[in-house]
Amino acid sequence: MSSRTLAALLAAILLLAGPARAQLTIEIIGGGANQIPIAVLPFAGESMLPQSITEIIEQDLSRSGRFRAIFVGGVNTPPTEIAQVDFPEWKSRLADAMVIGQAQRLPDGKLEVRFRLLDVLKQSQIGGIAFTFTAAQTRLTAHKIADFIYEKMTGERGVFSTRIAYIVKQGPRYELRVADADGQNAQSILISSEPIMSPAWAPDGARMAYVSFQNKKPILFVQSLSASKQPAPVANYRGSNSAPAWSPDGKQLAAVLTKDGTSQIYLMSPDGGNLRRLTVSQAIDTEPFFTPDGQSIYFTSDRGGSPQIYRMPASGGEPVRMTFEGDYNVSPRVSPDGKILAYISRVNGRFQLMAMDLESKQIQTLTDGLRDESPSFAPNGRIILYATDIDDRGVLAAVSSDGRFRQRLGIQAADVREPSWGPFLGN
Amino acid sequence: MKKALFSALTVALLYGCASTPVETEKPAAPGAEPAQGLPVSPPLAAPGQPAAQIDLSKRSVFYDYDKYDIKDEYRPVLQAHGKYLAENRGKKMLIQGNCDERGSREYNIALGQRRAEGVRRMLVLMGATEKQVEPVSLGEEKPRCSDHSEGCWSQNRRSDMLYSGEY
Repeated sequence: MSSRTLAALLAAILLLAGPARAQLTIEIIGGGANQIPIAVLPFAGESMLPQSITEIIEQDLSRSGRFRAIFVGGVNTPPTEIAQVDFPEWKSRLADAMVIGQAQRLPDGKLEVRFRLLDVLKQSQIGGIAFTFTAAQTRLTAHKIADFIYEKMTGERGVFSTRIAYIVKQGPRYELRVADADGQNAQSILISSEPIMSPAWAPDGARMAYVSFQNKKPILFVQSLSASKQPAPVANYRGSNSAPAWSPDGKQLAAVLTKDGTSQIYLMSPDGGNLRRLTVSQAIDTEPFFTPDGQSIYFTSDRGGSPQIYRMPASGGEPVRMTFEGDYNVSPRVSPDGKILAYISRVNGRFQLMAMDLESKQIQTLTDGLRDESPSFAPNGRIILYATDIDDRGVLAAVSSDGRFRQRLGIQAADVREPSWGPFLGN
Repeated sequence: MKKALFSALTVALLYGCASTPVETEKPAAPGAEPAQGLPVSPPLAAPGQPAAQIDLSKRSVFYDYDKYDIKDEYRPVLQAHGKYLAENRGKKMLIQGNCDERGSREYNIALGQRRAEGVRRMLVLMGATEKQVEPVSLGEEKPRCSDHSEGCWSQNRRSDMLYSGEY
């Protein structure tokens, strides 16, 4: 290694150790197949923006595992129009696609960015749009451009502009945080000296259900993300109140209460009203999760002697057992297209993320961790976020639902756990 | 009522039974006697006998992995608390069920609840009323011990009995 490379590497490490302390940092493990080589050129005039838009776009695309960023150094004047593009040059750099654009300040003080996504081989424009935004929306705008590029190139909706929620434990302090899907721009929704668990996004992306132990027992809350303080509980019955799950239309909340004995699943309005019991067993019934069509609920039950996953009609009725391999299968989550069941299975003492194809019932092991838990699908179903630990510290990790591509997101000196991936914006 | 509990504990202390009233005992090694040096089974008091002979210093029940059945060795402890609650109807108790860190957090809430519920049932059998005891679960969220080893896990698989004023 040359001294120059070493110096650059050290500089990079120092950068990570500095201001990133409170942010999630991302480490990509493994690579995906058939990555699209793309050149994201600097946008003319973007140096006046608070952050480099093209850097964020490039990072988003690379992190998805579907793209490979092409080196864009050595370009003197970044092209802004298709006529200015030296296509043979980019073809020789092995780019299939490229992004050009420009940023400017509008007379009213707002910012504008125009960009074009180009097909290098056909020397033609695939698409392009303009965004008007405020300085505070720079990151979001970059994520939206990355979403546009992702969708044009893969045919699937991008999730870069979506948000994630997770719990951070730092010493005696628990925090419910919401951040951009890349872990940046984190905001605290709730800070407590008692545990917080099971955050669940409402389908409208504006509210969050969670469990708080501030009264020395699990109590269920639904909080608006714009609220400045914790609202009144939606379920605070005798015993424990936990495991919230939203119906896809956002009109119902499934949760687990113990007011009538063992842990049973109940349905209620998001304000806690109209309570009715859904499961009737002497067993543990917990971890409800609605199917995307709202017709069924998956849940964990030990009614057969060990915790296994079952499915039942959301209106009540006879459950059907879904898992048969192993003696500990928990935490069911159904993919947004309803085709995959992700869950955690104990295999030889290790807790691993599994994916079951619901049609063929084929099971794939997606992770090889020791304590993997709390899976959460990205709204496009492409990635599953989950909690794992490295060197005794909780971190978040993501795996593509085909198991090929993995990455880790961690915060130094803190435990990060229980990720919940929010819905698409504008849904 | 608080006074009554205090005097009961003081008597227990005078008898040399415990270090501090609210301290919970260490988990018993497998197969070992639950509480060496402590009077394991206080004789059931005859009607009218003062509560002072009940040893309330032990507050915890420990479990095997994935299990919630109460081992016989904890019966005397639960008997003492059930009797105390029966004789002190104004006293209330929170039973907190706990689990080790392995497995799903929400499933562990349910498992911890079952552990606490088992203690509640036993206390009611021993004379407490439903109104006096509330079983709740802390799952794996409030571990007493945080190492990733059986030494720690066995301490965390536990139900704790707390009287009002202690939580």
